[in-house]
Amino acid sequence: MVYGPHTPDDRSRMLAALGIASVDELFEVIPPAVRARPMDLPPGLTELELMARLRTLAGHNRVDLASFLGAGVYRHHLPPVVDQVLLRGEFYTAYTPYQPEISQGTLQTIYEYQSLLAELTGLDVVSASHYDGATATAEAALMTCRATRRERVLVSRGIHPQARRTLETYFGGGDLEFDEVPLVTEGPDAGTTDLAALGRLLADPARPVAGVLAAQPNVLGLLEPMAEISRLTHAAGALFVAAVEPISLAVLAPPAAYGADIAAGEGQPLGIPPQYGGPYLGILACRDSLVRQIPGRLIGMTSDEEGRRAYVMTMRAREQDIRREKAASNICTNQALCALAAAVYVAALGPGGLRDVAATGASRAAELAAALEEAGAPRLHPGAYLNEFAVRVPDAVAVHRRLLRRGILAGIPLAELEPGDPSLVDGLLVCATECTTPEEIELFAWALRDELGARPGVPVAASAEGVR
Amino acid sequence: MIPSDLRYTKEHEWIRVAGDEATVGITQHAADQLGDIVFVELPEPGHRLEQFATFGVVESVKAVSDLFAPVSGEVLEGNAGLNAMPEVVNSDPYGAGWMLRMRLSDPGEVEQLLDAAAYEALTAEG
Amino acid sequence: MSVTGPKLQPTLFELSGSGRAAGRRIPAPPADALDRLPAAARRVIPAALPEVDEASLVRHYVNLSQLNWGVDTGFYPLGSCTMKYNPKVNEWAARLNGFAALHPLAPDETAQGTLELLWELERDLAAISGMDAVTLQPAAGAHGELTGILVVRAYHRARGDLERTEVLVPDSAHGTNPATASMAGFRTVNIPSAPDGGIDLDAFRAALGPRTAAIMITNPSTLGLFERRIVELIELVHAAGALAYMDGANLNAILGRFRPGDAGFDVMHFNVHKTFSTPHGGGGPGAGPVGVRAPLIPFLPAPRVLREPDGTFRLEREGERPASIGRVRGHVGSVGILVRAWAYIRAHGADGLREVSDDAVLAANYLRGRLAADGAYEVPYPGPCAHEFIASGAGLKRATGVRTLDVAKRLIDKGYHPPTIYFPHTVDEAMLIEPTETERLETLDAFADALLEIAREARDTPELVTSAPHSAPVRRLDEATAARQPNLRWRPASIAPGADA
Repeated sequence: MVYGPHTPDDRSRMLAALGIASVDELFEVIPPAVRARPMDLPPGLTELELMARLRTLAGHNRVDLASFLGAGVYRHHLPPVVDQVLLRGEFYTAYTPYQPEISQGTLQTIYEYQSLLAELTGLDVVSASHYDGATATAEAALMTCRATRRERVLVSRGIHPQARRTLETYFGGGDLEFDEVPLVTEGPDAGTTDLAALGRLLADPARPVAGVLAAQPNVLGLLEPMAEISRLTHAAGALFVAAVEPISLAVLAPPAAYGADIAAGEGQPLGIPPQYGGPYLGILACRDSLVRQIPGRLIGMTSDEEGRRAYVMTMRAREQDIRREKAASNICTNQALCALAAAVYVAALGPGGLRDVAATGASRAAELAAALEEAGAPRLHPGAYLNEFAVRVPDAVAVHRRLLRRGILAGIPLAELEPGDPSLVDGLLVCATECTTPEEIELFAWALRDELGARPGVPVAASAEGVR
Repeated sequence: MIPSDLRYTKEHEWIRVAGDEATVGITQHAADQLGDIVFVELPEPGHRLEQFATFGVVESVKAVSDLFAPVSGEVLEGNAGLNAMPEVVNSDPYGAGWMLRMRLSDPGEVEQLLDAAAYEALTAEG
Repeated sequence: MSVTGPKLQPTLFELSGSGRAAGRRIPAPPADALDRLPAAARRVIPAALPEVDEASLVRHYVNLSQLNWGVDTGFYPLGSCTMKYNPKVNEWAARLNGFAALHPLAPDETAQGTLELLWELERDLAAISGMDAVTLQPAAGAHGELTGILVVRAYHRARGDLERTEVLVPDSAHGTNPATASMAGFRTVNIPSAPDGGIDLDAFRAALGPRTAAIMITNPSTLGLFERRIVELIELVHAAGALAYMDGANLNAILGRFRPGDAGFDVMHFNVHKTFSTPHGGGGPGAGPVGVRAPLIPFLPAPRVLREPDGTFRLEREGERPASIGRVRGHVGSVGILVRAWAYIRAHGADGLREVSDDAVLAANYLRGRLAADGAYEVPYPGPCAHEFIASGAGLKRATGVRTLDVAKRLIDKGYHPPTIYFPHTVDEAMLIEPTETERLETLDAFADALLEIAREARDTPELVTSAPHSAPVRRLDEATAARQPNLRWRPASIAPGADA
């Protein structure tokens, strides 16, 4: 057997103890009509062959590009100490800590994760994590409905479209409805949540609002007037959910500072590699008074019978195995190992390091914006941004493809991020982090200038020669 | 010891009637079955109760149980003390562990409930 | 309260010291990097994150890890969890830079390796289960259940049937099943088990009707028993116009022996962190792919992984399949986990997987036989079990007062992780024991010996059992206070109420 220890002799002894001749007798309970046909799978590979095949497959992915792609998943420096901790078998081969006496490792690391995110968000209750940012956002919206007993939620179009789509799927389950709040289309606030529209949507007395969701920074990278959105939301008796990016919390006002009741976010930037989509980390946090509404696990500190400090899963009666059909959510797990990665990452960076990551990203992004503007692609929106923004590029999808062939992953065309929004057709959403080098910025700007033929009065061929 | 002056439901709630008002809680038997009680969810004053319909939830460390109204009426007050000290339901379920006070809308419903002897018999077989 | 005992660690916050450099991880940014941000958006009070030097950080985590018990530590017979060995080549595979560094929104042409792997994994799982198509999107088993039931709902709605508001769930089911039904807007109807552990067919027939959207069955059941009436059950379900959902948590018992799709199940989920060896991680992450028969394919979550005629792969575009239920999470799947599952399946092939189930079922029956022969614990449900079995401490409790909880804690002293206890709820003082196929015969015998020894202790020296564990890093915890006065985050004056500072 591939990974198991049983020899034919072991099997014979077990069969003999059971008084049967063959293991087939143990499967006789399966009605003959539904016994399995053979499974059409390739034959088993040896470890050598397996590794060769995996290397080949991994080699077919292009991860060597100069990447400016963010849109919710970011390339950051990963201190190797994070993976060293994740590789400890006592952490990653352990189960859910149902027996706390022999799970204090898992329990304390998750308590520490909860505490670190409580510091970053300013909200005291942080769940042991949800599946990812999108599902955490959807569950946050459901929380507002449970807590207010209202059935309608307002979602800013500044919330990442994938989170909005996930929320749409989750809301399909019942009588709940949601409306999108548009973004301002022109002027100094273009690209941010339209507060006047929000006010109108909140004002319908026949359809009271349970919660309002807005992101900081929003999907276009812009900073939103979160305090103002919070004020309007509370004035209407609704709860305010802030969708946040965790690294930015080192330098931006946290949800608690602007009165958010709930925070949701994608924790991938905290020590988790992109991995083409997961496993990621759903951050979900709330004010104390909402603790009974938050889905998922919670780890608490307590003591054992001899007075030692100890940690335990607590408030379990909220969860599905006890509440069953009355549980707030069916979630049975958390992204424990990802939460551990996030905790080790934050601890490895320290408060100064985390601020430096955010500030360096901001600094590189400013350089990128200047370089792209000079290359003929100015920013689409005038408002403040942290490390991500949209630039105007005619025929952005085609330009993006041509840049790809030059080894540049020029962010993502807005037309692909938000299909069906005609105002976003000629744009690229790009970002920079501490991993973005000046050489990459120069390469991107040069190539873009070449593609756009944007040097005034200079033909394309001459400009390509002139720069390199 | 099951207090003889109370009436009981099959779902282990007790009720102490005084005129057209009453106090409601859960029995020692129920509290023992649940184990250490950690949280009680009660309705707001003014909430309408319907006989044998659920009006709240009691949670222990490892279990959760619905609370069923012994009679119909209106909630006057929930025991706010249970927020800070839910454990008093375990230690003094018929006294300080009371859950809500209510006004009865149909005192005749009390007759449908078990008396102490009947409740004792019910829990003995359990 | 005190932090005493070998290896117990203070929190990161208590290790923190101002100026304890966390390391010069990245060059310092320019001092004015944030000046262009409006003051109103800036953070005023810095987050009080700990400052810990790397050496202390590593010791903190290494020592914490040594307070834990993993499959890598020892036997972990948790019923319904399938705690099999997690192969290390899978850890290598997931960490290959080509897989790990790939951005989920990168263009399809740059992701051909991952897309091919995902496409192959979908086909492998379909071949294993007899389903026609698979989605790898759900992030966990429970998430897969939600996805599957939302597909069921979409199917009935597309037929114009809006009356199907109920989901039937056996009373022995995992709590996620009814919770899933509620999340998807259905009412749960509980079906009692028959004395032989299977579904009570009469109760089932009575509950089945035009309001039934689906039945959710775990097969083999949470009692470790193959549902012998499965053919009849599924026929009844379909005759009533409803769909049959299989909770695939116990797939480890039937690889190569039973394919749910062939038997008529319409939809199922897989737990790759159970059957397909991806590590449990202390509670996650796992993944919960969902398989469907052909009529349900249009409703699968989007985007699906498609293979073009020229052999390249791509993701479905938005709007390409309007009947889809949409997204159930941010991206296409927990690919880091799925790479491990792919590797596991490819290392085994069909013969290897069938051998996994053979050995898992043989080991469970052997262990069950050891306990049944002794009689100290009741082993209900005569006849072969699947990959796990139920034992009960009800008799032991009546005779000695010692409960299954105490037996579990005493097993810790004997050097074992306890089995699943008090689940399923339908058996009194239950222990659900699943050895898996990756444990030596000597381990199975030693575990049986330990359980029987504890039964003797329960009779002779019960206090030894009821006060266990004695040798764990911490003793029994005050869970009541933890729930009544939750302390969910560190605060500088953080101490558990009622304990010594």
